[in-house]
Amino acid sequence: MEEELSKVTSNILKDGNAAHFHTGSWRNKTPIHSKEKCKNCMLCVAYCPEDCIKQKEGVLTDIDLNYCKGCGVCAKVCPFKAIEMDEKKEV
Amino acid sequence: MSIRERLSGNEAVATAMKQINPDVVAAYPITPSTEIPQYFSNFVANGTVDTHFIPVESEHSAMSACIGASSAGARVMTATSSQGLALMYEMLNIASGLRLPIVISVANRAISAPLNIHNDHSDSMGVRDSGFIQLYCENNQEAYDNAIMAVKIAEKAKLPVMVCFDGFITSHSIENIELLEDEKVKSFVGDFNPEEYLLDETRNISIGPLDLQKDFFRHRAILSKAMVDSKEIIKEVSDEFYKISSRKYDFIEKYKMDDAIFGIVALNSTCGTIKETIDELREEGIKIGLVKPRCFRPLPQNELADSLKGLKALAVMDKADSINGFSGPLYSEVTSALFKNNVCVPSVNYIYGLGGVDVTKENIKKVCYDLVNIAKKGKSELDLQYLGLEEE
Amino acid sequence: MAYNLKEVLNKKVRLSSGHRMCAGCGAPTVVRNVLRALDDEHNAVISCATGCLEVSTCIYPYTAWKNCSFIHTAFENASATLSGAIEAYNALKEKGKVKKETKFIGFGGDGGTLDIGLQSLSGAMERGHDIAYFCYDNGAYMNTGTQRSSSTPHFADTTTSPAGKEVPGKMQRRKDLTEIMSKNNTVYVAQTALVGNLKDLHDKSEKAIYTEGPTYVSVLSPCPRGWGYDPSDLSVISKLAVDTCFWPLYEIENGVYTVTYKPANKLPVEEFLKMQKRFKHLFKPENRWMIDEIQKEVDEKWNFLLEQEKNTHKDNA
Repeated sequence: MEEELSKVTSNILKDGNAAHFHTGSWRNKTPIHSKEKCKNCMLCVAYCPEDCIKQKEGVLTDIDLNYCKGCGVCAKVCPFKAIEMDEKKEV
Repeated sequence: MSIRERLSGNEAVATAMKQINPDVVAAYPITPSTEIPQYFSNFVANGTVDTHFIPVESEHSAMSACIGASSAGARVMTATSSQGLALMYEMLNIASGLRLPIVISVANRAISAPLNIHNDHSDSMGVRDSGFIQLYCENNQEAYDNAIMAVKIAEKAKLPVMVCFDGFITSHSIENIELLEDEKVKSFVGDFNPEEYLLDETRNISIGPLDLQKDFFRHRAILSKAMVDSKEIIKEVSDEFYKISSRKYDFIEKYKMDDAIFGIVALNSTCGTIKETIDELREEGIKIGLVKPRCFRPLPQNELADSLKGLKALAVMDKADSINGFSGPLYSEVTSALFKNNVCVPSVNYIYGLGGVDVTKENIKKVCYDLVNIAKKGKSELDLQYLGLEEE
Repeated sequence: MAYNLKEVLNKKVRLSSGHRMCAGCGAPTVVRNVLRALDDEHNAVISCATGCLEVSTCIYPYTAWKNCSFIHTAFENASATLSGAIEAYNALKEKGKVKKETKFIGFGGDGGTLDIGLQSLSGAMERGHDIAYFCYDNGAYMNTGTQRSSSTPHFADTTTSPAGKEVPGKMQRRKDLTEIMSKNNTVYVAQTALVGNLKDLHDKSEKAIYTEGPTYVSVLSPCPRGWGYDPSDLSVISKLAVDTCFWPLYEIENGVYTVTYKPANKLPVEEFLKMQKRFKHLFKPENRWMIDEIQKEVDEKWNFLLEQEKNTHKDNA
């Protein structure tokens, strides 16, 4: 971390290091993804404010709960109801 | 060989800027500093400089653009006066807070209201705590020299520098001046190679974060320490400048202080009048001298105390009012420096020349005779004085 | 090249996880997708006006800005700051000190853009600086707790235009900055939102970033807290804003208007209003006139845009 910061200024010398800061603790609902229902349309990936829904080569691979704030945008935008919000912080 | 010229203060500063050839200049017109961006635009239009000139739509944007350019890695200069400097206030603090070596020339002018375009120091005194190094200049030569030194001081100290000289009196008066050769200035200021900048192609950085309490306090303390440390840098750069110009600059200039028992402290062009008056007073047998701070930020507290200790009476002349029910800003700071260094001198503060009212030799003599009386009594019974004020 | 969301999502992410915007906030989705319009090979300098986005994405010692450099200086001057950065770039490029193709992009909320930042924005555009400026418009000062801005919709309830017994919310219509910008030397002006597969947002962002000269895009950025709706409804509420024509999608290129989306079934504006607590008072029977008034304003603007489109397209003239 230290090498990411300036000794002289308040400048942050490493881009994207907010990834060290996990916002998952804010969550009070948890997205549950159904591989069966998912058609990999990627709308959830595009709309997720946290960029925590991961995809590889057009296939949804993971929802990174380290960052998911549980907003439920992904569940609403999904045309196939492939994501459901569980009313619990952790599942 | 140095070049003899006859230039106005604004022209001298614009010439310094031409020789420095900064990457970016962003400026907005305001009397009496307008001529600086005017002259400079001509240099740009004729290809005399490589500078990119940004004709911004306000002084707030002038300083903002300077900050953007400096953060991006450019050497940056600007100029303003009065209301322009006041409008920049927010951004001045951000320039220093981000540790950007921006150089601004200020042709000092009164602050409204009422509206007045003439010289006093209320503009630069109003921003004295904005984290800028402040250098004050008696005449065109000093404005030119300090503008050149400011670039190097700023970049070494990672602090912005404000070069202040009197509006109209200095900015518009033509004086004989010695210029340095272009090549000398170029090699003196050298190349600007910042360590942290937006356009660094080896890494992406973020500038201007939100700081929570502890980080904020720490960063502000580092800034304050930089101001303390800048003294050494100012000395170094001034010494180096002496080698190429044979002109010596210190934190303060002392005039006939060696055997003085009375002293005056004042800034900028008035010091010329004071020096001449001192010569006349000395003929009357009055041992009086002048201390002229060149550097007000950082405050040369030890140098002030050393030069003023042992006096029987001291006058501090302020061309700005703090409107604090006590004194002008220079007086507050000079007497604080004395107090801190256990120097006790009976003293009096004069506010003079607000809105460009001329200060005459008669005015200065009045100050001197007041000092003689104070010395006789061994104490000063005078509260804040308004020198040269004509009652209606 | 035809738009393909999957391909676009493979591009560099320039706003990382770990930022601290509220759950469900529209702004990070707006910003990330705007920046997906950048060529992966190109660098970007981002300048942000003070506001939610800035204070939540760059809290020392962390920055969520990734694959780009970022600067925040103050509230009203994101554009002037960019003016400086871009001239530094031009100067340093001439000297061979920088080589990479770099784009200069501004983000501001509606307060930092329509109100306090308008002078700086207008100046930078007038000077012709090659800046793409994006306003993420949530219609109030959300960072300080939902105070009215000049972008707050007519009659909306905010903390400084509260719906009271005598005054029923904000009494003025929205300032139409998109229209103002089109008369401000701005070569490309557009309005977009988070709808569908984000093609509209992507195409406009790409045009804004890659059209030479100053460009301005206003993006509707729903705010669950300030508007009073469920945070999960980001896509739902954006779609309603567009389908009611409360937030028309259009662009102006060198004075030529194009409405980029015409709803097959234009919904009554109350469909958009009724989801939000800030318009709750409009649904009291005695306040029906306010909904009618808003509908009238929406229709006027919509018809104006259709008319402009017809008049400015050469093939229709």
